[in-house]
Amino acid sequence: MNKKNPLFSFFSSVKLALFTLFLLAVTSIIGTVIPQKESIEWYIQNYSETTARIFQVLSIPDMYNSWWFLGLLSLLAINLIVCSIDRFPGVWKQIKADNLATDPKRIRKMRLSSSWQSNKTEESLATDISNSLASNGWQAAQRKHDDGLLLFAQKGAMTRTGVYIVHASILVIFIGAIIGELYGFKGSVMLPETQATSRFFQTGTGKSIDLGFTVRCDRFDIEFYDSGMPKAYRSKLIVLENDKVILEKDIVVNDPLTYKGITFYQSSYQGYEDFLLTVTNQESGNVQTVALPFQQQQELSSHQARIGIINAEAMGQTITRMKVWFQDDEGPASTFWINSGEQVTVERTGKKYTVAGKQMYATGLQIAKDPGVWVVYIGCGLMILGLFVAFFLSHKRIWVLLTKEEDETTVRISGSANKNKVGFEAIFSSLASDLETKTK
Amino acid sequence: MDSSQLLGITTFTYMFSTILYAAIFIFKAKKLGPAATIFTVVAFLIQTAGIILRWQESYALGYDHAPLTNMYESVVFFAWTIIFIYLIIEWKFKTRIIGAFAVPFALLAMAYGSFSTEITKEISPLIPALQSNWLIAHVVTCFIGYAAFAVAAGLGFMYLIKNMSESRQTTNDETIIGTLPPLKVIDDITHKTMVFGFLWLSVGIITGAIWANSAWGTYWSWDPKETWSLITWFVYAITLHARYTRGWGGTRIAWLAIFGFVSVIFTYYGVNFLLSGLHSYGSN
Repeated sequence: MNKKNPLFSFFSSVKLALFTLFLLAVTSIIGTVIPQKESIEWYIQNYSETTARIFQVLSIPDMYNSWWFLGLLSLLAINLIVCSIDRFPGVWKQIKADNLATDPKRIRKMRLSSSWQSNKTEESLATDISNSLASNGWQAAQRKHDDGLLLFAQKGAMTRTGVYIVHASILVIFIGAIIGELYGFKGSVMLPETQATSRFFQTGTGKSIDLGFTVRCDRFDIEFYDSGMPKAYRSKLIVLENDKVILEKDIVVNDPLTYKGITFYQSSYQGYEDFLLTVTNQESGNVQTVALPFQQQQELSSHQARIGIINAEAMGQTITRMKVWFQDDEGPASTFWINSGEQVTVERTGKKYTVAGKQMYATGLQIAKDPGVWVVYIGCGLMILGLFVAFFLSHKRIWVLLTKEEDETTVRISGSANKNKVGFEAIFSSLASDLETKTK
Repeated sequence: MDSSQLLGITTFTYMFSTILYAAIFIFKAKKLGPAATIFTVVAFLIQTAGIILRWQESYALGYDHAPLTNMYESVVFFAWTIIFIYLIIEWKFKTRIIGAFAVPFALLAMAYGSFSTEITKEISPLIPALQSNWLIAHVVTCFIGYAAFAVAAGLGFMYLIKNMSESRQTTNDETIIGTLPPLKVIDDITHKTMVFGFLWLSVGIITGAIWANSAWGTYWSWDPKETWSLITWFVYAITLHARYTRGWGGTRIAWLAIFGFVSVIFTYYGVNFLLSGLHSYGSN
């Protein structure tokens, strides 16, 4: 790569990175102050005709997807790539450097350095020192030099890649987001109890999309705290393929259902004025559920019976109890109250039934498919790993030089670390004094 | 004894610690040092007990959640984390002067929680959206980040004060300012605290994204809270890059530490009260 190319040096510069980050930070504020994704009429009403027109020209109503914001993100991505291409080879050279070829003069001049005399031979010292270093977790290699024997040990050489892991992680997150944008979708559906659907509406475009299978909601419930605050919204969802039940799950907020990469999230609900009645024959176990409006009756074909709602009580929009009319093939009709969401036993001539009743709801489901989400998560994991390595781990190096002088050997130990120099100083001095006592 | 009493006591004890640390700084009353530390540690323990008790009370009420779910609980936890980080710095760097700049943040948070009429102290049950195992991970990681940035801002102030008087050339060991650590040391601790905060803020944003995805099917929706957390992340990313690659230090970094904390406060507090969005349940 030609590093004198002005375009290359422009895209690899840290100034550009700082500038892009600054612009991203400042422009991001706009979308937190001006509400996003409203209709043009809304902006005209809340600002003015001219302002709304300007907003539209600058894509302010959907600024985080606008050409200029995506452009800034692309600039950041290019900057990250070019800057890494520019710098990484140099860092890799440092990681792979032959530290046994280090000039002894440099070793003697290092800031962290200490030396002493020993009357042992170079060879026996080398063995002693290697063993002693090894017991502290330092694996030393050695090589003969003109003026003696050099031992070298290092820890955390790969930690020099930390910054590049962080940079790469941002690109991985971008790739995940693009995959989601290209191959995923988001949508929603309002599904009444007992009903099924194999289509839903895409968010934004309103396009009807085919799921490729059918999903049915058998039941929707709201649980309340004593204070009246909602405690849980629960939908019983059934996945069907060719009328066969494939999967069954009760979903609540924070616990969705996933099938074939498509996930269904509990997001809202709607109450109806209709009722949902489930009748079970206690002997035969026959079950049938019907949805019916207020003050109407309907046939229960599997029980040869009819059922209807003749009265109901409500608190606001929520039905609290209902009076049910029920008649099978023998005897006069029975009428009884059921608290919404509960069940009663009804005794008829020779037969016993369980009748459960509740207000009918539709469950609001958020539907999403995002094949890029795991790529994004891998990117997030890499980012945390990279930040940890870049901030808290360092490349520590130790050289031990043995030089023969008359009948004595000079032991010289030097060391350096690229980060956390204070911490390394402590490690170094304890290591040096340990070696000194063992070799003197 | 209930949790609100314990947390009330905490507020007053942090007030005493603040006064003691301020006295060490202003009157050079070094003898008060151990007392300041002991007071702070005791307040910290009382607060820890208060938080645990509040957690138990939530279980007794049948709500079963960690005390991290509304504005009051979050300011209490914010104060707790600031003191936790400060005590680590005091122990690691062996200096008490920083207390005069860090402990007041915890006092402010506790005082706001205790005396503000805008926020409720009641333990309330969790709405369905907040019932998630990600709640604790998300809130704790974010607040470790926020608290570290608060301490870094305190250190930034300290740097600027010391730097101002040094440039007037009045400093010697006899003056108040003289008792402050050398500029280089303050600069170093500020930087390390910001680095620590940046890591935790990143984890906080990521856990939030994972939670959002499991609740709504979108890991990022550019809602004001998310966007502001990202703006804050950008501010600290700029600061760290300026330092690593352009050699920024001293006054500039001190200002950035303060400026970054303004962004943190807006993310934490401003968004809830001034803007609307998914995190609006955090506002009462």
